[in-house]
Amino acid sequence: MTDLTMHRHEYDVVVIGAGGAGLRAAIEARELGMRTAIISKSLFGKAHTVMAEGGIAASMGNANPRDNWQVHFRDTMRGGKFLNNPRMAELHAKEAPDRVWELETYGALFDRTKEGKISQRNFGGHEYPRLAHVGDRTGLELIRTLQQKIVSMQQEDQRDHGDYEAMIRVFAECAITDLLLDGPRIAGAFGYFRETGDFVLFEAPAVVLATGGIGKSFKVTSNSWEYTGDGHALAMRAGASLLNMEFVQFHPTGMVWPPSVKGILVTESVRGDGGVLRNSEGKRFMFDYIPDVFKKQYAETEDEGDRWYTDPENNKRPPELLPRDEVARAINSEVKADRGSPHGGVFLDVSTRLPAEEIKRRLPSMWHQFKELADVDITKEPMEVGPTCHYVMGGVEVDPDTAAASVPGLFAAGEVAGGMHGSNRLGGNSLSDLLVFGRRAGLGAAQYVDSLSRQRPAVRESDLDDVMGFALQPFETDVGENPYEIHQELQQAMQDLVGIIRRPEEIEDALARLEKFRERATKVKVEGRRQFNPGWHLALDLRNMVIVSECVAKSALERQESRGGHTRDDYPAMDAVWRQVNLICSHPAGSVEVEVKQQPVPAIRVDLIALFDRGELAKYLTDEEMAGLPEGDLTT
Amino acid sequence: MSYAAHFRVWRGDAGGGELQDFSVEVNEGEVVLDIIHRLQATQAGDLAVRWNCKAGKCGSCSAEINGRPRLLCMTRMSTFTEADTITVTPLRAFPVIRDLVTDVSFNYVKAREIPAFAPPKGVAAGDYRMEQIDVERSQEFRKCIECFLCQNVCHVVRDHEDNKDSFAGPRYLMRIAELDMHPLDEMDRTKQAQDEHGLGYCNITKCCTEVCPEHIKITDNALIPMKERVVDRKFDPLVWLGSRIRRRENV
Ligand SMILES: Cc1cc2nc3c(=O)[nH]c(=O)nc-3n(C[C@H](O)[C@H](O)[C@H](O)COP(=O)(O)OP(=O)(O)OC[C@H]3O[C@@H](n4cnc5c(N)ncnc54)[C@H](O)[C@@H]3O)c2cc1C
Ligand code: SF4
Ligand code: SF4
Ligand code: FES
Repeated sequence: MTDLTMHRHEYDVVVIGAGGAGLRAAIEARELGMRTAIISKSLFGKAHTVMAEGGIAASMGNANPRDNWQVHFRDTMRGGKFLNNPRMAELHAKEAPDRVWELETYGALFDRTKEGKISQRNFGGHEYPRLAHVGDRTGLELIRTLQQKIVSMQQEDQRDHGDYEAMIRVFAECAITDLLLDGPRIAGAFGYFRETGDFVLFEAPAVVLATGGIGKSFKVTSNSWEYTGDGHALAMRAGASLLNMEFVQFHPTGMVWPPSVKGILVTESVRGDGGVLRNSEGKRFMFDYIPDVFKKQYAETEDEGDRWYTDPENNKRPPELLPRDEVARAINSEVKADRGSPHGGVFLDVSTRLPAEEIKRRLPSMWHQFKELADVDITKEPMEVGPTCHYVMGGVEVDPDTAAASVPGLFAAGEVAGGMHGSNRLGGNSLSDLLVFGRRAGLGAAQYVDSLSRQRPAVRESDLDDVMGFALQPFETDVGENPYEIHQELQQAMQDLVGIIRRPEEIEDALARLEKFRERATKVKVEGRRQFNPGWHLALDLRNMVIVSECVAKSALERQESRGGHTRDDYPAMDAVWRQVNLICSHPAGSVEVEVKQQPVPAIRVDLIALFDRGELAKYLTDEEMAGLPEGDLTT
Repeated sequence: MSYAAHFRVWRGDAGGGELQDFSVEVNEGEVVLDIIHRLQATQAGDLAVRWNCKAGKCGSCSAEINGRPRLLCMTRMSTFTEADTITVTPLRAFPVIRDLVTDVSFNYVKAREIPAFAPPKGVAAGDYRMEQIDVERSQEFRKCIECFLCQNVCHVVRDHEDNKDSFAGPRYLMRIAELDMHPLDEMDRTKQAQDEHGLGYCNITKCCTEVCPEHIKITDNALIPMKERVVDRKFDPLVWLGSRIRRRENV
């Protein structure tokens, strides 16, 4: 007999995801008096955010007093090749310092400057040292701090209400498989507990998606099993739309050897702190790959680049610190031209650049990671590195100020949301994004709940039967495929056919295969029972990976230019006309396939445009747009 | 370069279970977690195991390998010979949920019992000033990835289930030390550690320090200094008086 036990909970706000974005959203909602649930597929404190290494970007100006939000905004727009939602980039740059300082009041301990302020380090694409950090384990500090803040709120509730969980409760190892609607509005979320396999229904008028990314659809990735694009898929199935899904960031430096660790991240701080990239001929090849739009900001000789580390005022930065998309493509080209390292990457060397003790102090977990996993001592020899699928810039289309999606009651923040990073994210801009928009999503959700009349949206029992039926399907077939096999094939297809360099024939091939995966994913069979059964979990996640991969492939086919995390072999250049276009994916009710349509990019406000000079704008905007700019010197 | 290894993996649930034998392919450079994943993909689709980062950063994949508490993702197969049998069992100090997955909720309960950071009154966000040298002591403890291996190995709970109520375990005693050494925390914590969280049970065997994958010197740097301060407090009338006065100022 199938056990149909279902737990029911009622909350004001349900936050799906316990990474930086979800926890910050929950803190805000609870502070505004909402009864809040936090749901996560892993244990509390293990979300992906824990893995972030390098730091969190905020223009506090501790290392260079000339830094301010305008400079951060400019860097973010340049990094995203001007496709960012300008309002999001503005809010992010303005609010990031407050969000970081706030962490100190929760108990965070960042590395310090000589004056006792928060220390800030250099990172690719950031004009000044801007990343607050704790060695190379910044994500751990961030998540632990937020986790401990939530515990402290629970301690207050214990004192005031005699119950730690009166106002905020964490449901760990619980996966949401469907959102439930009442008409067009959010009414709840349905899922299962991993531990028991029991089903659970959360009835709530507001849901915040903070589920992170999609990297598990690619074979070589720095992402964990959690990154199956659940939030992206949940949003689409509920009627929301996804923005610019073609933009997938391949981080230039992942481990390439041994095979079992292929894809694991090597933090950009290695380069920020002096590490350089060399090919098999020992050449610092990045000097050959500085694109025109960045010529003014990067050093032309090794000497100048090297001087920059100690005298950034009078020298330009080395091209190893170009935005990630540029570096990843350069590495890809070097390997293709047979100038790679023995295991198909290039060399990243810090051993000849810093004393051994300094390396261990600044990059302790990198030292540890290479020593333990690859038998490489990075204080003595170079690392071998190559691109790895790292981050998705595309995501749920939201209102910048409230993080609201188009479905009433649905909010999204963090990696699952789109727009903030344009076509390419700068390092360190994710952790700050999580805090800025996590907070705004919590606020938006609370305001939405307050605005509702007493009549809250209600869940329909017949919908419950449907979603439960879907979840049980993999146990009910006698013959069916192994979900692990389908997953491996899907990863291989996406990696080979919709990877760093994209060709239209290949993308079409991928789409044809995805159609079959979609079909096959409905006919998987899993062994055993529902209790903590990873085969079953994967079977349910497959549906999400297929739909999200379809969005990536379809958008990649549609966008006929190369920009940031999307490179087309047949359209190798950036095209100012395409800069005006956002690609929107939706999944109309009743349809099997994803639909892609074009939509204009929101205009950049005049005062924000004025932060750039004409010469630079001309590299991104159409002639027509340039002609429409106000007269005179923009930058005054 | 690849070979077939002999694995024995504990399979079962709260009701009981047993070691199951597997012969499974091993390739160059792999870690034990890779082998467990291969078993899942090819021979035991429902084998339960926790993991996330696969790089020793999240502390999810704790288990016992040949009886020793380890992270599955940081234990390289090259540390064994091809002839070795590798036995993988769940953490012993916590109740089994299924296969290699245990119920670690004890740790989250303990975490909740440690009073949170008490921020300095009258210092606005943005105005916190601390010296690097002063934050480093607590930073060492904040490297903790909450793998709970130290909690699993400490004999105070491993061998005496009934101590679980009154003993927070090394990870959470260390959390108290961390807050105690935080340059701006305003609470007096040593007495708490002794009276409410069982610091007195610890007889500094250092087993916790030995298993810590982050190489945190839990005993030397967190527990012993705290014990010393407890002793100072108890016997030094001046310190005792001082702590009374400070307490009163806070009311
Ligand atoms: C190795 C690595 C290093 C990085 N370093 C940096 C850095 O230095 N600086 C920087 O700014 N960024 C960095 N990033 C990127 C950054 O860490 C992530 O983008 C960010 O942490 C995402 O946070 P999030 O809150 O959106 O989601 P996550 O932290 O990924 O959390 C997602 C949460 O959603 C839950 N979830 C997902 N699906 C479901 C479901 N169906 N049901 C219930 N719960 C669900 C998960 O369990 C998890 O709790 C790095 C990323 C990686 C992989
Ligand atoms: S040193 Fe103390 S806390 Fe650590 S294992 Fe021994 S008794 Fe337990
Ligand atoms: S102190 Fe070390 S062993 Fe204990 S939980 Fe933390 S990381 Fe694990
Ligand atoms: S999987 Fe994260 S520590 Fe092993």
